[in-house]
Amino acid sequence: MEASSSSSSSKGFMANVEQPHVLAVDDSLIDRKLIEKLLTNLSCKVTTAENGARALEFLGLGDQQHNSLESNVSNSKVNLVITDYCMPGMTGYELLKKIKESSIMKEVPVVIMSSENVPNRIDKCLEEGAQMFMLKPLRQSDIKKLRYHLMNCNS
Amino acid sequence: MNVEKLGSDAMDGVSQLQKQLVDYTASLFDEAFLDEQFNQLQQLQDENNPDFVVEVVSLFFQDTERLVNELAKALDQQCVDYKFVDKSVHQLKGSSSSIGAQRVQRACISFRNFCDEQNVEWCIKCLQQVKHEYLLVKNKLENLFELQRQVVAAGGSLPR
Repeated sequence: MEASSSSSSSKGFMANVEQPHVLAVDDSLIDRKLIEKLLTNLSCKVTTAENGARALEFLGLGDQQHNSLESNVSNSKVNLVITDYCMPGMTGYELLKKIKESSIMKEVPVVIMSSENVPNRIDKCLEEGAQMFMLKPLRQSDIKKLRYHLMNCNS
Repeated sequence: MNVEKLGSDAMDGVSQLQKQLVDYTASLFDEAFLDEQFNQLQQLQDENNPDFVVEVVSLFFQDTERLVNELAKALDQQCVDYKFVDKSVHQLKGSSSSIGAQRVQRACISFRNFCDEQNVEWCIKCLQQVKHEYLLVKNKLENLFELQRQVVAAGGSLPR
């Protein structure tokens, strides 16, 4: 099950990208392993992060952004962020907000995943600019739909 | 010695093992030990990641044992931290769901309902149920992997 936002500003980000770079954020090691395999099966390059803080650092939005060697301005450009909602510390929603509030990363599509189907949660995320909301556990068919949807998403 | 007969006996051996494997796998689904998500895992396994399922399931075993121990300790406290208990059961529910361990997942769902009541005796019973289901599925999965190993060792291929 997924719900998607029509207010996307990303132009078919995967259409012209041979090997899209996806940042997958989840506190569960099992789920990180799964999502990584699902994505690499569809020719994506994957970086995983175990929490929101690490994700922000990787994106060049962390506290140490001035010293960060792995900022998005360099060659490790991220085409998509997919994050779990329920995480200790910073939730996926909070991570989404921080990304959308940033000047350099706000165009990057963010997908939220959750094991719980809570309408308020879904609405909240879509309103904040999430590209899609997906229910766990994710399957290969979900990632295919995601890729297709994002390839055909023009603003 | 009749080499041809030897050859056909060997083939029978592999076929028999393969049938055993197919039947055993089917029984695990019939008895709800495993669900569709486990199929998804098996389909993710390929030549690049030939041990993918075993690796992910091993992570699940480690995770579950850690969480069950932590939950036992938490429920043993004078003042039980129900937020911690709920959070841990949520994690366990998530990982069992991710590998398709349906009965463990269901036991976790029941457990979370009792967490809300904040009744320690019921929580302890729920934990015992989760542990029981976990040990059952662990045993089943170990048998499954052993059968798969035997099929491969006998020169057979695994059903997809």
